[in-house]
Amino acid sequence: MITTMGNMVEMVRSIGRKVLNSVERMGRGHIFIFHTLMSVGIVFKEFSLLLKQLHSVGVLSIQIIAVSGLTVGMVLSLQGYNTLVDFGAEQSLGQMVALSLVREMGPVLTALLFAGRAGSALTAEIGLMKVTEQLPAMEIMAVDPYRKVIAPRFFAGVISMPLLAAIFSAIGVFGGYLVGVELLGVDAGGFWSQMQSKVGLYEDIINGVIKSIVFGIVVTWIAVFEGFDAAPTTEGVSRATTRTVVNSAFAVLGLDFILTALMFGGA
Amino acid sequence: MLGKAKLELTVGMFVVVGLAALLFLAMKVSSLSSFSGSEGYEIKASFENIGGLKIRAPVMMAGVSIGEVSNISLDTETFEAQVAFILGGQYHLPKDTSAAIFTSGLLGEQYISLEPGGDDAVLKAGDTIKLSQSAMVLEQVLGQFLFSKAAGDE
Repeated sequence: MITTMGNMVEMVRSIGRKVLNSVERMGRGHIFIFHTLMSVGIVFKEFSLLLKQLHSVGVLSIQIIAVSGLTVGMVLSLQGYNTLVDFGAEQSLGQMVALSLVREMGPVLTALLFAGRAGSALTAEIGLMKVTEQLPAMEIMAVDPYRKVIAPRFFAGVISMPLLAAIFSAIGVFGGYLVGVELLGVDAGGFWSQMQSKVGLYEDIINGVIKSIVFGIVVTWIAVFEGFDAAPTTEGVSRATTRTVVNSAFAVLGLDFILTALMFGGA
Repeated sequence: MLGKAKLELTVGMFVVVGLAALLFLAMKVSSLSSFSGSEGYEIKASFENIGGLKIRAPVMMAGVSIGEVSNISLDTETFEAQVAFILGGQYHLPKDTSAAIFTSGLLGEQYISLEPGGDDAVLKAGDTIKLSQSAMVLEQVLGQFLFSKAAGDE
């Protein structure tokens, strides 16, 4: 009897501990992003720091983004054609490919790939800096790690994401054109004119860019915070890296639903 | 590690390519709407029934797109649909122009077709087109056809 009571109490305690832990982590995350945003000045003052991170976060991600964009556009075109040709509406292929890329696929897939390609690298790098005690060493030397390490990486991610998403969508549209027009023989004029008449600059393109900026902030925030908050052990870093990819995916997919409902739900 | 010059070059190229992709999306994929408010002017027309007409539907004259629908509302006194559309500033149409709602293809989207009149005066911003022809609703047309068929049989 007493042991079952003890078990119950222990169970309730463990629930409470988990809730407290996650609330505490959330609080740390918000203090962290506040410190990072306060350090924005360094990005303009020491431009070379940002430049280096733009290279490792943005430039090195182009390859996977471009290849994925091309294949996604080609597959969309191929599958869309099969459905549309039944209704004699294969001219709408361009519209379908462009809208799905610009509104959804571009921002979301770019964010997921970015989390896997650049986000995990950011977490591992910052986590290892913590393991090898580079971050405490900086603090001892009165160098603010937020300014030297975190802020350049964070802003590089935020700047890179919309650019990468635009590259993804543009190459995707080109892939859709290759398969639709060159391979399946859809009329090129119809492909482009249907696309242009149905894709709005503000409704679709700008909203897509806003989405990718939001994803850029969230994914990079998660990545640098997980690295900064990682337990300073080998295992801690590996767990933080996994958490970055998983949490980024959840955050991106959840936010995408909310943003889509806000932007396109009313129409 | 990369040299500074090469680093700057690759990052610069990344930014340029990204912006070029955005420009491509804006210019080639979307319609950088040529009938935006600054250059165009707004005309209104009322219809008994607009069928499935939607905002941003094209406005055509002689098959050429010269504007787009900007607003659709219901007039609470006459119970007719009030359709506002923006025409490109370079088009000056006679005052007795008439408007009709047609469908492109059998199941395609609906658009407004303008038929020019012979008046010397031109439509100005805010004017209302007097002559209008409603959209053909497929069910009504079918109903009329069946009705006339039944009447003919007697």
